[in-house]
Amino acid sequence: MKKFDKDRLLLAFAGPALALVTAFVLTMIVLAATGVDPIDPLRIMVENAGYEDVQVLIVNQAGTYYLAALAVAIGFRMNLFNIGVDGQYRLAAMVSAVVGTAVTLPGPLHILLIVLVAMMVGAFWSGIAGVLKAKRGVSEVVSTIMLNAIATSLIAYLILPKNLGVQPEGSNDLNTGEIAQSGWFPAVDLGDGLEIYGFTFVAFALGIVYWFVLNRTRFGFDLRATGASESAAQASGVDAKKMIITSMLISGAVAGLAGMPVLLGESHTYSLSFPVGIGFTGITIALLGRNSPVGIFFAALLMAFIDKASASLDTAGYAKEIGTIMKGLIVIAVVVSYELVGRYGIRRQQQKVGEELAAGGAIKTDKEVAA
Amino acid sequence: MRRITRIATVGLASAALALSATACGGKNSSDASSSSSSSASGDAKAATAAIAYDIGGRGDQSFNDAAYAGLQKAETDLKIKGAEAEPTDGEGEADKVQRLTELARKGNNPVIGVGFAYAPAIKKVAPKFPETTFGIIDDTSVTGPNIANLVFNEEQGSYLAGVAAAKVSKTGTVGFIGGVEVPLIKKFEAGFTQGVKDTNPNAKVLSAYLTQPPNFDGFAKPDLGKAAAQGQLSAGGADVVYAAAGLAGSGAIEAAHAAGKWAIGVDSDQYNQAGLSKYKDKILTSVTKDVSDSVYNLIKSVKDGKPENGEIRYGLDKDGVGLSDSNPEYKKMADVIAAVEKAKADIISKKITVKTAP
Repeated sequence: MKKFDKDRLLLAFAGPALALVTAFVLTMIVLAATGVDPIDPLRIMVENAGYEDVQVLIVNQAGTYYLAALAVAIGFRMNLFNIGVDGQYRLAAMVSAVVGTAVTLPGPLHILLIVLVAMMVGAFWSGIAGVLKAKRGVSEVVSTIMLNAIATSLIAYLILPKNLGVQPEGSNDLNTGEIAQSGWFPAVDLGDGLEIYGFTFVAFALGIVYWFVLNRTRFGFDLRATGASESAAQASGVDAKKMIITSMLISGAVAGLAGMPVLLGESHTYSLSFPVGIGFTGITIALLGRNSPVGIFFAALLMAFIDKASASLDTAGYAKEIGTIMKGLIVIAVVVSYELVGRYGIRRQQQKVGEELAAGGAIKTDKEVAA
Repeated sequence: MRRITRIATVGLASAALALSATACGGKNSSDASSSSSSSASGDAKAATAAIAYDIGGRGDQSFNDAAYAGLQKAETDLKIKGAEAEPTDGEGEADKVQRLTELARKGNNPVIGVGFAYAPAIKKVAPKFPETTFGIIDDTSVTGPNIANLVFNEEQGSYLAGVAAAKVSKTGTVGFIGGVEVPLIKKFEAGFTQGVKDTNPNAKVLSAYLTQPPNFDGFAKPDLGKAAAQGQLSAGGADVVYAAAGLAGSGAIEAAHAAGKWAIGVDSDQYNQAGLSKYKDKILTSVTKDVSDSVYNLIKSVKDGKPENGEIRYGLDKDGVGLSDSNPEYKKMADVIAAVEKAKADIISKKITVKTAP
């Protein structure tokens, strides 16, 4: 049994490793084919990652990505594809920013209120898709994509000055007003204006909660069981429909948190230039991290690294889109390599079981003979 | 399972250690004068100026390119070195802060943020570099002793475009295409609509926005501009379209050209743009917004030791905004030009006040 675990562990690492190596090699081939030095941009990226300010950006971004990826992973574990994380976190950030601006409470309560509102809004938005799926059989892929678009329009409407937004004097931006200082999440100050958002640690702590709930609770077991086979789970007494709605709600609630590191730690307002697209990167990260809290952590760091380290490539005379190419290639490589490794794993397992059965059978017959 | 957890813990811990170890010997990206800035370190004494682009970046045939043109002019005329930095899609405030800090630390002066999205970042970075002048285009909400706010009366230029459109239109229907529905673009719409209505009260203005924020594709994707323009030209019956949509506007120009109708360009004199030369005979005129001059002037003022600061407004009176007349067809339309000139004089003499919101 012990040996079996080791193999599985090896295979679990082989997938991402194979994907990454392939992606980096492909990137270099693309660069070489377009007549660009294939090594130098990568060298610059690694060099960039050695700088303190870029490291802070990477860690902060990784925290944000981690939350989005966790939200996606909860869905994946249940065999639900929540593409709507992007809309969920933006709407959640916007509404919670409005609420956070409207009230002033003593520090921790203020932050707690903002976070709770964000979770509730995110859960509400994904819950729509959950209810549609459970009650009407609407594919959550379709409904969450549509809800993303609706969220965009809804935010654009709500942020108009005649509704909930404000246009600061002399600015061409729209925002929701600034949250009072009591609603700012304390940050880890590294001096020189460099700060790691406090919420980043909350994000990583949530990874532990995720692991615990999935692997050590009845609910987590039900969720994984339903994800593996809905009918089998139902036969063993799990209410699959309820599980769909519940897991969508939880996924959305976590998605709602994805905007919090930036909102509570940096911008303190939801403006037109609030970061977008985190939900989609979250899907990549959840895939790359194989829905495991540790895997997602490293995947989030990797994506954040590519993002931030490639950002200044253009000042060195290279297109920073090299980073985008790299991310795209990683996604393709991940899908292909996991499939390959998965098949290899199954074949190996079958072989092994076959061998063991054969061996076991032999022993048994020996015993029978002896008896 | 337990084994996996232990290995994971070790991995995590070592990763965290490695990260903090490198962080302890921390250098900032801008401290290094190696590779990435090697080109600049050759003649470190030469004055440098930097611009950080808005969404779309250089090559948008519009707003950002205009800023780049100003930098280029400064490079040749003032013998300075220029540095540029582009944003990444969907980035946040922290990235902008880092970008401006890096540019300022490398000794660039002035550092210019192209677009209102840089306002919060400049607010944070400018006080840390009191010796550096920061420029921001399209925003007056952040102010400081070393901040120059370069703003334009877009609505005035757009008003003139409205006058020209109403005069040229035979169907009495004209189209406005805004890139993204943000207050800045609403200024264009307000001025244009007012110009059309003042010239021909019966005229109809079809108005469309390509995307809603935070989706800024409407400034970047020509196919969106093309589709919107096709709709206004065929179904809507418009025969002039005015697109204030950055790079997406080139799609609208292409569609107008295909339909044999007029297009009005924006920001730069798009008739003279190489990327649009195929369609230029149908570019009636362009509402110019002299971003390039404003950038050049700021760089020059810094070089002369008298850096601009505070609000620097470019209106019709200073030719900061205006209507281009590069198209020979347009030059032949005497009545249109007369009407435009009259409107221009009226705006400068404040007989006409142009609204900034529709």
